[in-house]
Amino acid sequence: MNEQRAARSVEAVFREDRGRLLALLAARFGDLDLAEEAASDAIAAALERWPADGVPDKPLAWLLTTARRKAVDRIRRDRTYAQRLALLRAEGDRTTPAPAEPGFDDIPDERLQLFFTCCHPALAPQARTALTLRFLAGLTTPEVARAFLVPTATMAQRIVRAKHKIRDARIPFRVPEPDELPDRLPSVLRVVYLVFTEGYAASCGDDLLRPALADEAVRLARILHRLLPREPEVTGLLALLLLTDARRAARTDADGGQVLLEHQDRTRWDAGLIAEGRELVVRALTGPGTGPYAVQAAIAALHDEAPDLATTDWPQIVALYDVLLRIEPSPLIALNRAVAIAMRDGPAAGLALLDALTDAEELPGYHLLPAARAELLTRLGRTTEAATAYRAALALVGNARERATLTRRLTELTPPRPDPSA
Amino acid sequence: MKYLLLINTAAPDSTEQQPAGGPTMEEFMAYDKAISDSGVKLDGNALDISNATTVHVRVNGERVVTDGPFAETREIVGGYYLIDVPDLDVALDWAARCPGARYGTVQVRTVWEPAQP
Repeated sequence: MNEQRAARSVEAVFREDRGRLLALLAARFGDLDLAEEAASDAIAAALERWPADGVPDKPLAWLLTTARRKAVDRIRRDRTYAQRLALLRAEGDRTTPAPAEPGFDDIPDERLQLFFTCCHPALAPQARTALTLRFLAGLTTPEVARAFLVPTATMAQRIVRAKHKIRDARIPFRVPEPDELPDRLPSVLRVVYLVFTEGYAASCGDDLLRPALADEAVRLARILHRLLPREPEVTGLLALLLLTDARRAARTDADGGQVLLEHQDRTRWDAGLIAEGRELVVRALTGPGTGPYAVQAAIAALHDEAPDLATTDWPQIVALYDVLLRIEPSPLIALNRAVAIAMRDGPAAGLALLDALTDAEELPGYHLLPAARAELLTRLGRTTEAATAYRAALALVGNARERATLTRRLTELTPPRPDPSA
Repeated sequence: MKYLLLINTAAPDSTEQQPAGGPTMEEFMAYDKAISDSGVKLDGNALDISNATTVHVRVNGERVVTDGPFAETREIVGGYYLIDVPDLDVALDWAARCPGARYGTVQVRTVWEPAQP
């Protein structure tokens, strides 16, 4: 009984602080493999000791001390580690003074370093996301693999390769200087954003939402915001995620089917998240350094504030998309802007913009472009063209729930022909 | 930690015109002075890019010598630096400061060091 309780508290501590523990060990030893092994060793020791000795007052400090000792044991056993580490120390001492040993009462939070290492631009974008989920969100490799619907072996290989590059090319565990942040921060924010969008609108599979992934993204964004409270884009990203996530409960029906924005029951939107997000977005938009996440958050806030689709402040949304297109031109933003224009000026105006995008072939293979065209063509009563566009969207869509929505729209468009045999 | 910065430039016979301007001698000399003064430079040279010769030895021992760099290479190594710096970020900073990075690319490689028995 006692043993079970101890095991549970180890798990709780580990789940909560695993990222911090790994970050501290990685910062100390400069090696993610060693950090992981030492952390596992410490957990095993805790499972053995805590049932007998009781859970220590400061579980993280206990785990950290134990993990450090275990790491040193491993280094002594493994001469390759020893050599590599000796080299690291020598070079580290040469360049920077040795960091002070953290006191047990104020263990520093080194997760920001780990964020920047996992999202280093020298790593492949897919690897950055995988490492961040694995080391900062605390997902296991099979969980990360499931999140991206690739075989576990493939994901394991991707993670190992990235870990080896960090070690062999010596990607440092450090927070970039303020003047480097403009170059380095976007890649960290992008990883968190991608984790969220994959959780919020899965690109493939049977479920529209993968809530666990969206939750992890929000958690990561909150950690980042705590660590970098004065970076407007970090604030903007957290605001964007909260303001979007607020609609989660209304986005699917009881069967998991997709509910589009115009049909969502807005009373089911999370007022608490909206309030929190709105406060953040104001901060993200004031002062210098406002970027694309803050502007997108402002658009999300306008949607969240509107009682329905018709009374949404479309002129303001179009204006914000104009800003967004200026600071971060992308065909995806042009697509969203065209839809907003259609709401403000009517479907014909939006369609003209979508047709231009289609002709430019800037979003090849993206199902939402023909889907948006189909929507506007339907409203214009051009049903034959709308049907063609829906079929084009169906040929591209990867998510089963979105496929169902498109199929339904297509059948609503073409009333069943009278059965000649009847 | 030793890093090799390989300065890639457009191969002379694959492009009709050299990229507009290209790094000037003054830019390279300023960079070379900066990297030498910093004490991280172990070695470094510019290479002639118009007289490359490629050698391959076949399984049967036959030596095949051809004019130019490896066939269909669109970029050629125009120079290199061997530097000793603490980590990749510092190596990338030096690579980014290299004038060649603005007109071509600079590849950053680590020098393989065998684990000692």
